[in-house]
Amino acid sequence: MAVSNAIKEQDVLLEIEDVHMSFGKVLALVGVSLKIRKGEIHSVIGPNGAGKTVMMNIINGLYMPQKGNIHYKGKKINKLKPYKRAKLGIARTFQKVEVFGGMTVLDNIRLGRHIHSKSGIASGSVYIGKTAREEIEHRTFIEEKIIDFLEIQHIRNKPVGMLPYGLQKRVELGRALALEPELLILDEPLAGLNLEEVEDMARFIIDINEDEKWKITCLLVEHDMGVVMDLSDHVFVLNFGNMIIDDTPGEVQNHPEVIKAYLGEEDLYATRR
Amino acid sequence: MQQGDKTVQNNSQYGIEITKDLTIPKLFCEKAHQYGENRVAMREKEFGIWRPITWYDYLENVKYLALGLLSLGLENGDKVSMIGDNRPEGLWAEMATLCAGGVGVWLFQDSLIEEVKYIIDHSDTKFLFGEGQEEVDKAISIFNECPKFEKIIWDDPKGMRNYDQDCLISLKQVQQLGRELEQQQPQLFREMIDKGHGDEVALLFYTSGTTALPKGALLSHNNMLTMGKYLMAVDPCLATDDYVSYLPFAWIGEQMMSISCGLQVGYTINFPEESETAQDNIREIGPHVMFAPPRMYEQMTRTVQVKYLDATWIKRKLYELSTRIGYHVADLKFQKKPIPWYWAFLDWLAYITVQKKLKDHLGLSRVRNAYTGGAAMGPDHFRFFHALGVNLKQIYGQTEVAGISVVHRSGDIKFDTVGLPIPETEIKITEDGEILTRSQSVFQGYYKNLEATEETLKDNWLYSGDRGFIDDDGHLVVFDRSKDVFTLRDGRPFSPQYLETRLKFSPYVKDSWVIGDKRDYIAAVICIDYSVVGKWADEKKINYTSYQELSQLDQTYKLVEEQIHKANKDLPETARVVKFVNLYKEFDADDDELTRTRKLRRAFVEKRYHNIVDALYSENNMVHIDTTIKYENGRQAHINTDLHIRKVAD
Repeated sequence: MAVSNAIKEQDVLLEIEDVHMSFGKVLALVGVSLKIRKGEIHSVIGPNGAGKTVMMNIINGLYMPQKGNIHYKGKKINKLKPYKRAKLGIARTFQKVEVFGGMTVLDNIRLGRHIHSKSGIASGSVYIGKTAREEIEHRTFIEEKIIDFLEIQHIRNKPVGMLPYGLQKRVELGRALALEPELLILDEPLAGLNLEEVEDMARFIIDINEDEKWKITCLLVEHDMGVVMDLSDHVFVLNFGNMIIDDTPGEVQNHPEVIKAYLGEEDLYATRR
Repeated sequence: MQQGDKTVQNNSQYGIEITKDLTIPKLFCEKAHQYGENRVAMREKEFGIWRPITWYDYLENVKYLALGLLSLGLENGDKVSMIGDNRPEGLWAEMATLCAGGVGVWLFQDSLIEEVKYIIDHSDTKFLFGEGQEEVDKAISIFNECPKFEKIIWDDPKGMRNYDQDCLISLKQVQQLGRELEQQQPQLFREMIDKGHGDEVALLFYTSGTTALPKGALLSHNNMLTMGKYLMAVDPCLATDDYVSYLPFAWIGEQMMSISCGLQVGYTINFPEESETAQDNIREIGPHVMFAPPRMYEQMTRTVQVKYLDATWIKRKLYELSTRIGYHVADLKFQKKPIPWYWAFLDWLAYITVQKKLKDHLGLSRVRNAYTGGAAMGPDHFRFFHALGVNLKQIYGQTEVAGISVVHRSGDIKFDTVGLPIPETEIKITEDGEILTRSQSVFQGYYKNLEATEETLKDNWLYSGDRGFIDDDGHLVVFDRSKDVFTLRDGRPFSPQYLETRLKFSPYVKDSWVIGDKRDYIAAVICIDYSVVGKWADEKKINYTSYQELSQLDQTYKLVEEQIHKANKDLPETARVVKFVNLYKEFDADDDELTRTRKLRRAFVEKRYHNIVDALYSENNMVHIDTTIKYENGRQAHINTDLHIRKVAD
C-alpha cells in the first residue's frame, strides 16, 4: 500500500478547499482543505466535537459550506442537493444507523438501488418487458454483489428494526453499496460493535476498497485507532475545526500535536485492544 | 404411517444387486448415465435462488475433478481430505476422490487447528479440499508440519484474492488440468472406474471419540453400499424424493443419506444457502426423509415450546387441545391398539387446525420417515413428534458399520427401543450385556491402530462398547455406553444419559451432566439455555448482563429446580437428582467438553470440573471457580466466580 505523496490532478476524486462552517458562535470547521485520491482509504480522525461529522455532512450535501468549495471529479458541487450527489456517486453511512426499521433487509437495500432504476411510474406499475428485466437485473446485483458479500442471507426477509445493532450497520452499508458509489463515506462504521463485528466490518471495508468488483474510494471517520492505522492510506487529523496533519498513518502517529490532541488519550479509545 | 406400510411391501423393486465388484463410482456413473440431463441430482440455494445441478452436470464436474487429481499426482489409495460446509463442491470432491482411486477423509467444518492437524497427519493426507479462506488458513498453518501434505484445493474465491502460495490451487484449475488430461487420454476416466473393486477402502472416517483421540475407521465401497441397500429395503425412498443435506459430512449419518442411500435411490440432495439458513431452507424444500441427531429434534421441540409460551391465549388453548389429542392417538399407536373412529376424527381436527401448520413451520410437512440416532433421545421428545404425527424412528448404528444396523419399522415403534436389525444384519448380546453386530457393512479396521482393531473386531463381530438387551418383541434396547453405566446406591445399574435427556426436555435446559456412579445420591450440572432463560428473565423484568450472571441468579435456580422436579417425577427414589449446580458456561466442543457431534465427554468434564463434583458431594453450598477460558479467536478471559449448589426440595 505504498503511496506517493505527489498528487496528480487526475487522481483526485474529491477536493475540499478552504471550507468554513460555523453554527452560531461555534466554529465547526475553519478553513479545512482535503484531497481524496481515487482508490484510497482516507481516514478522518479527531476527538469528539472536532467537526468530523460536519465535514461529512458538507461532502454529502446535508450542509452547504458557508465559505470554500467542494470539487468532485473536478466539478464544483457546492450547491448540489444530497440526492444529486448520490447520483454522481457519493454514498454514505451514518454514525447512528439510519435504516428503515419497519422494512425488510432486502427492501432497505433495494431502496439504495432506486437511483439506478430507469423505468417510470407507468411502466413500473405493470411488471412486464423492460421493467421486469430491469428489476431482475437489480435483484441479481443485490443478491450476488451485496447480500452474498455481506453474508446476510439469513436475515434477507427480516425487518431491520428487529435485528441486532451490528447487523443493522451491515444493512446500512449494504444500502450504500447498492448505489454503486465511487466515493463512500463511512461515519464511524465500527462504533458500538463487538470485537468480532469490528473484524468483520474491517474486512468488508478492505474488500470494497480493493476488490475488483468494487474498487470504491472510502472516506472513513473512526475512533478505533488500531483499525484506522491498519486500513488507511492517508489519515487526516482534525481538532476543533482545524486540520492538524494530513499524511500517511506512519507520519500521523509520530506527529507531536496528534499525540497530544488525540493519541495521548489512548486509554479512552483503547477499549478494544 | 400408512404410506410407509404400503411401500415396505413392494421394496424388492428398489434393491439393486450389490456384487463384490460394485463400487460407489461405478454406481454413480450408472445413475448419471441413466438420468443424464433429465433429472436434478442436487440443488443449492445460492444468491437467494435454488439452482439445480443435473446428473449430467454432476458427472462432468466429478469427471474433470477426478482427472485433475490424477494429474496432480494422486495414486491409488492416497488419502484426500475434505473440510467445509455442505455444498455440491464437497460432494464432487468426495466422489472425484473415489473415482480416482483415492480414499476420502472428512473433517468437521468447525474443527480447531489441532484437530485438523491430527487428522491430516494421522491419515497421511495428500490433498485437502477446503471450502474457502477459513479452511485454507487452517490448512496453511499446519502445512509444513504434515510431511505428506501436498496441495490445498479451494472453491470459494471470497477472501482468496491475496493468497498466492504454491500449495494452493483452485477447484476450477484442478478441473482444467482434468480437461487437459482427458484430451490426451480420453478413455482414462472410464478405465479408472472399471478398475475399482468393492473391497477397496473408500472412506477413512474419524470417529468423534468420547474418551480418547479420534480413531480412523476404514470403510470399503461394499460396506457403504450394503448399508444403504438394507436401509432402503426397510424404508424405500423414491427417486422423486427430496433430501436436505445440512449436517456435517464428517458424520456417518450424513454420508449414509447422501452417498449410500442417495446414489442407490437417486433422490435430489438439497444444500442450504448458509448454515444459518438451514432451518428456513428445509421448510422451503419440505424433505421426504430426514436423518438427524437428537439435538436437532430437541431444538425443534424447544422452538415449539418457546413459541407456545409467546402465543396468544386462544392459540395456546388450541395447541394444548391438539397435543392432548395427538398424545392420546400416538399412545394408542404405540400400544398397537385400534384407534376408535371418534379419536380418528379428533386427530383429523387436530391435524387441520394446528399440526399441519406446525409441521410446515418445522419443515416436516412431507416427511415420510424421520430418523434420529447418534445419541440417546428422551422418550418425551420422541412422543412429542409422534403426537405431531411425524413418523420419527430411532436408529442404532455407529461409524464402524458404515451407518446404522437397527431401526424401527413403521407401525412397530416403541420409544424406549431402537427397533429391529435391518436385513442381513445380526445383533447379539454378550454375557456382560455388550451389543455385537455382524453384517457386510462392518468396517475393515482402524487405520494404523491394530490394537483397537483387535479389541473391536473379533470373528467378524463388531464389539460396540454399548450396553443393551433385546426385549420380548425382539427390539434392541440400548442402555448406554458400557463404561458410562452407573451403579446406584441400591446396586441397580442406571443410565445417566436417560436422566440427562429427561432434563433436556425442559426448554430452559440446554445441556445436562448427571453424576452419581457408586455415590450416595445423584447430582446434576445444568447448562441453562441462554436465549430461552434470557427471554424468561426479560419477561420477569430480571436484570442480568451475562450468561454467568444469569445462571447464578436465585430466580434462575428456582426455575431450574422446577424443571428438575418434573424430570424426577416417576423415577425411583435412588435415581432422582438430589443436588444440582448451574454451570457458568455452556458445554462446548471447542473446549473438548463435547464431541463434534455434541456428545458429552464424561471423563473429560469429570476431570475438568472435579472441584464442582467434589462440592456437590460435600456439605458446601458454594463452590469457587477460578479459571481461564479460551475463545475461538485466541483471546482468553479470566473467570473468577462462585457457583451456588442447591438441593432439590422433595
